[in-house]
Amino acid sequence: MAKTNEIKYLTAIKAEKRPKKYCRFKKMGIHYIDYKDGDFLKKFLNEQGKLLPRRITGNSLKFQRKVSEAVKKARQMAILPYVTDLMK
Amino acid sequence: MSNYELMVIFTPVLSEEEYKAAQKKYEALVKENGGEVTHSKPWGLKSLAYPVAKKTTGLYWVMEYTAPTSFNEKLKIQLLRDESAMRHMFTVLDKYAVEYNNKKKSGVQYSGNEKAEA
Repeated sequence: MAKTNEIKYLTAIKAEKRPKKYCRFKKMGIHYIDYKDGDFLKKFLNEQGKLLPRRITGNSLKFQRKVSEAVKKARQMAILPYVTDLMK
Repeated sequence: MSNYELMVIFTPVLSEEEYKAAQKKYEALVKENGGEVTHSKPWGLKSLAYPVAKKTTGLYWVMEYTAPTSFNEKLKIQLLRDESAMRHMFTVLDKYAVEYNNKKKSGVQYSGNEKAEA
């Protein structure tokens, strides 16, 4: 049985090129993230209502912090739940 | 004189005129202490994301005002004493926030709201 790394492919395996992530706030020129706007903030939460990490949302560090601050304020004022199931 | 935004959740038991009276009371308080109310927006009855003080709905009210820095303490004491206000939150508004609120108020569709995917 040929050892796996011995296998030579005729053409190189083309790594699947995913589109470059961009920070939507920098691109759109948004400076202020409103904590009152619940359904916009929901884009940054997963089903359980937890904050999505930066590598998934693609935000820059500065705006990820602003988003997390806004989400925490929205949770405080019962606009967003702290924990839920199947929120979307 | 810095810009602040106050959001208050009143108990849903409040009738319409009590709700208005409470708003007027706080707005008058702002004016008394040399502040100035730039924008007041009652959202009315909304369902809460989780029960607060054993209630699942609340009367929301958002007020944007400029006031001297020492004023917020007085307002906080009033809010804590008022048992019809279930929850309140102050936020300091920087210049981007003020510009955002003005744009929102004048009905310009702010670019932040339309669907921008990640």
